[in-house]
Amino acid sequence: MAKSDAPAAPPAITADRRPGRLESFITQTFAVAAAEVQKLRHDPLELLTRAVQPVLWLMLFGEVMAQVRGVAPGNLPYLDFLSAGILAQSALFVAIFYGISAIWERDLGVLQRYLVSPAPRSALVLGKALSAGVRGLSQAVIVYILALLLGVGIDLNPLSILGVAAAIVLGSGLFATLSLIIACIVKTRERFMGIGQVLTMPIFFASNAIYPLSLMPGWLRAVSHANPLTYEVDILRALMLVKGASDYGLPLDFAVLAAVTAALVAIAAVAYRRMGY
Amino acid sequence: MDATTNEAAAAVEITGLTRKFGELTAVDAVTLNIRQGEIFGLIGPNGAGKSTLIKMLTTLLPPTSGSARVAGFDIVSAPAEVRRHIGYVPQLLSADGSLSGYENLLLSARLYGVPRAERDERIGRALARMGLAEAAGHLVSHYSGGMIRRLEIAQSLLHRPTVLFLDEPTVGLDPGARETVWERVLDLRDRFNRTMIVTSHLMDEINEFCDRIALIDRGHIAAVGTAAELKARVGPDATLDDVFIKLIAEETESGGSYGEVRRARRAARDHG
Repeated sequence: MAKSDAPAAPPAITADRRPGRLESFITQTFAVAAAEVQKLRHDPLELLTRAVQPVLWLMLFGEVMAQVRGVAPGNLPYLDFLSAGILAQSALFVAIFYGISAIWERDLGVLQRYLVSPAPRSALVLGKALSAGVRGLSQAVIVYILALLLGVGIDLNPLSILGVAAAIVLGSGLFATLSLIIACIVKTRERFMGIGQVLTMPIFFASNAIYPLSLMPGWLRAVSHANPLTYEVDILRALMLVKGASDYGLPLDFAVLAAVTAALVAIAAVAYRRMGY
Repeated sequence: MDATTNEAAAAVEITGLTRKFGELTAVDAVTLNIRQGEIFGLIGPNGAGKSTLIKMLTTLLPPTSGSARVAGFDIVSAPAEVRRHIGYVPQLLSADGSLSGYENLLLSARLYGVPRAERDERIGRALARMGLAEAAGHLVSHYSGGMIRRLEIAQSLLHRPTVLFLDEPTVGLDPGARETVWERVLDLRDRFNRTMIVTSHLMDEINEFCDRIALIDRGHIAAVGTAAELKARVGPDATLDDVFIKLIAEETESGGSYGEVRRARRAARDHG
């Protein structure tokens, strides 16, 4: 045992010198996300099990629907059209059940450790959102490999890939934060599972993920326009595919995702506090 | 605030602190001072309000009324400052089993703003002091109960808190592991004059290690004093177990219906 830290008299206890607020906010946010990366490194098998769903969608649903003419707009093959939607979907499915890990952490007691730290609740929540983004990115790698194998015209320009990564992180963060808010309200896994299931379907089907909005009746199109997933898919379709194009313009897409995420993080920061009760 | 120059300075000052859950009053107008450098034991039956009191003092739960200052800061008006100056080892398992011991400590160091240049050194020292240096790289899910407790204590100390809360630190540990945990706790107090607030159901532990003890029953402080003082109140050869049973029994004479028990248990489940 080190002797150097054993002074004779009880020393004055000095609080740590404080770094700037923004600097600590960023450190704390990234600390939460870094822990998530470490967990994934310890258990990479989880990533493989997550790969099953996109494989099934693309190879079963996609291959059949590709025979139907006129679903995808213009000269875009349906499988190409679908692969962007399935990427958004697989990131959504990971993110929307993210709240369950918060309930799990609360039941265990790990969450109390976060809550007794001086980190602002917004930094903790943003860190969780970023963690979901990390998991979303791992999904993206899987879908990219799969799409390439299926002969989808993937745009491998580094800038496009960077844009896709940004959209995935934002989209995953958005839905994970929504999930976290629900978790803070319901507080039990059983109640959460029910709500999670109910939520996933409309978010997925009332969007442009597997068919274009132009095929929808007016009311459903209106719902889809209010669905953030639509804007995430719009970015993915424009940047992931060689032949893809954006319907709404990338600046609007990113602005919608960023604004909704910011609003949800603000709400979640207040709700997260109640997890300590 | 300079508490270290004055030995009798209060590390925790609680005034009329109250928390209600609906109709149930879990903590009822508690007033208590805990001195700097003291190892202070909180004992009482299940559902007496110990955990609720600690949750308020660690700012996890806002009080319904009353006030408290911890390490010189108000728990309601300056919760972030309170959190910066306290360490908390919750009753539940708080180390993350899917991370290694080192990674758990790194997470704490970052959340508490330990300067980057000092992180590795402080983590290394904490691991050595808690006898975990060799297991640092292993996943915590492979640790024994005693190792996890020591890791959690290490985590709660990295930022050098002035007040440390230990909620049932030895629950579920075998006698050897219990003794190791207490050795580390005493060592921390002796070397750094930290204040420790400890809850336990093991009266012999509390008797042996705590400077002063508060007995809590149904949200009230039933008695405060040194172990010797409390025992003297009951009889010449009394043990702390006798104190517990006698003083709680006196209180129980005055009430305790099925409805109250049901409410208390529901509150404990919903909020515990």
